[in-house]
Amino acid sequence: MPTSLSYPALLDQPTSSSALHPQWFATAQAEAWQQFLATPAPRRNDETWRFSTISQLDFADFQRAGFHGDASAWIAQSTGVADAAATLVFVNDTLVHQSSQLPEGVICLPLADALITHPELVKEYFMRHATKLGSAKWAALHAAHLTNGVFLHVPAGVVLENPVQIFHWAHGDRTTMLPHTLIVAEKGSSVRVIETFQSTDDSSASLTIAVNDLVAQPEAQLDYVVVQALNEQSKVITINASEVEKQAKSTSFLLSTGAAWARSESISRLKGEEASSFMLAVSVPTGDQEYDQRTFQHHISAGAHSDLLYKNSLYGEARTIFSGLIFVDEGAHRTDAYQTCRNLLMTDTCEANSMPGLEINADDVKCSHGSTSAQISDEEIYYLRARGIDAPTARQLIARGFSIEVIERLGHEATEAYVLRFLDQKFASLR
Amino acid sequence: MSLIIENLHATLEDGTPILNGVNLEIPAGEVHAIMGPNGSGKSTLSKVISGHESYVVTAGSVTLDGVDLLELDIDQRSRAGVFLAFQYPAEVPGVSNANFIRAALQARLPKGQDIDAVAYYKNLYAKMDLLEMDRKFTARSVNEGFSGGEKKRNEILQMLMLEPKYGILDETDSGLDIDALKIVAKGVNAMRSPDRGFLLITHYQRLLDYIAPDYVHVMSAGQIVRSGGPELALELEKNGYDFLKELSPA
Repeated sequence: MPTSLSYPALLDQPTSSSALHPQWFATAQAEAWQQFLATPAPRRNDETWRFSTISQLDFADFQRAGFHGDASAWIAQSTGVADAAATLVFVNDTLVHQSSQLPEGVICLPLADALITHPELVKEYFMRHATKLGSAKWAALHAAHLTNGVFLHVPAGVVLENPVQIFHWAHGDRTTMLPHTLIVAEKGSSVRVIETFQSTDDSSASLTIAVNDLVAQPEAQLDYVVVQALNEQSKVITINASEVEKQAKSTSFLLSTGAAWARSESISRLKGEEASSFMLAVSVPTGDQEYDQRTFQHHISAGAHSDLLYKNSLYGEARTIFSGLIFVDEGAHRTDAYQTCRNLLMTDTCEANSMPGLEINADDVKCSHGSTSAQISDEEIYYLRARGIDAPTARQLIARGFSIEVIERLGHEATEAYVLRFLDQKFASLR
Repeated sequence: MSLIIENLHATLEDGTPILNGVNLEIPAGEVHAIMGPNGSGKSTLSKVISGHESYVVTAGSVTLDGVDLLELDIDQRSRAGVFLAFQYPAEVPGVSNANFIRAALQARLPKGQDIDAVAYYKNLYAKMDLLEMDRKFTARSVNEGFSGGEKKRNEILQMLMLEPKYGILDETDSGLDIDALKIVAKGVNAMRSPDRGFLLITHYQRLLDYIAPDYVHVMSAGQIVRSGGPELALELEKNGYDFLKELSPA
């Protein structure tokens, strides 16, 4: 696109941020740039990049991007669930559509606007923790260059029945999106957010470095669902963190069907008694797609519960890497933590790598981790075929069922149906 | 119209012979029962007819209304009209029962034609009512967490929905209490018709009290060694399989 050619390269020094933005943000961006420069690039030997294809991290020919033009076609395609509480549509981090039926008191704004209208509130939560799962350099790059995202703040006690939906469209070749999603659910509130990443065409290679921070204050419920359905030329890094306080419940779900290469890092900090965190992912990599998943369940408080379930169905010559750690702090007694990664190998040429881990520094904990890689059993296939279903359809039904077990944990019919739509699109592309 | 098994020989993949020349003709409209001791090859016969890939047919033929079943793939045999109710049905996590049966029916339609969802559910619910199955079984994953009896009932449900030309029931009565057995029998009896045949594989005469067979066969060492009317099952129940020793050449 000619419009995108005028943007500076991603790895060039950032221009100063908007004069309308608060000083603290300008300072944070300048510091982030220095941090980006000072942080060494990941190396093959780094534990957090084991099995990764390091050559994917060459971002030199990507440029920052924006969007000016007619986005109506993509706005029309940004159909999520019926009765959404709010909808925001971005193209290359530029807001192109916004609608809201949110009750008064809920702040749901493009981050660029929230920095002007609620600078102190944003500051309180903005990138408070260092990224520890390997992408500190890319998180710094994100922070240095980011121009937009979503700031959602739900006041105490407000229960939002319908989801807030955010759509990101990557547009143009060698363009970059750096969306930042910050969600704060105050005490006793409840919110569900669906964020979808797509490309405007099938042939342009884009880069996305998305950072999202979720804060579930005491007794709050925060469900965050991401659908990554970028085109298969794209690269994407998602850095997800949730902070779950006393008796709060957080769910982070990621469906990955798109991108050539996708790295996801997800950390949950359980900070209060009876906090619950559910970390869920479904991936269907095909062809030569590579999905690199790193997770961390950090039990800081005693008596908290975390449950991680990642399921990958691998086709073609796809690769997955799963590395997960349950880390129980000293004093985090009565921790109840589970971590499961299951890989369904649909071809002989795919490759699933799993590195589950546990580190326990407290007594009286219940922790388990497990990882399995298996092909569909012959008996299952035989059973379906014995009912007249041909072998390819049978295999697909079983793989879909394998994924659905995770999706059903979302416990919200419209959201599940939305996620299934993308899953089925992916399966349909395999026929 | 007939299911005809002629001189059927089959082995395991390692060459171990299991079926050693089975001959059996089941004309449409008839119910045949095969009884016999453990290891006689009864279940293998049902799997070989359905196309299980762990067995190798070394001689003989199986034809359905003149169609050579052995030339067909597993799923083609099902679509040709053979239904095997499994002794140990597989569990299929994440695939709802309703979607599974629907996919099986869809597989029988020409390309581009879709199942009418309303009519499908109406039919499904009617069949489930006949089998006294709770509606919750439509949404549950196929056989996952089902009790033994629920799985068997689910097999019969599938048979009722798919309306095969021939139903082969592999020890469908095993593990069923008497109430469940009566319900399963009700399902099978509801399907009996002049243009449909059944092969019941069972250890026990009990099933035959509820599904009256036209003929009873005894299988031993991979062959049918004796055939008779319903009275044969009663005789076996009373005297057991001791007579087989006398038949044995050793």
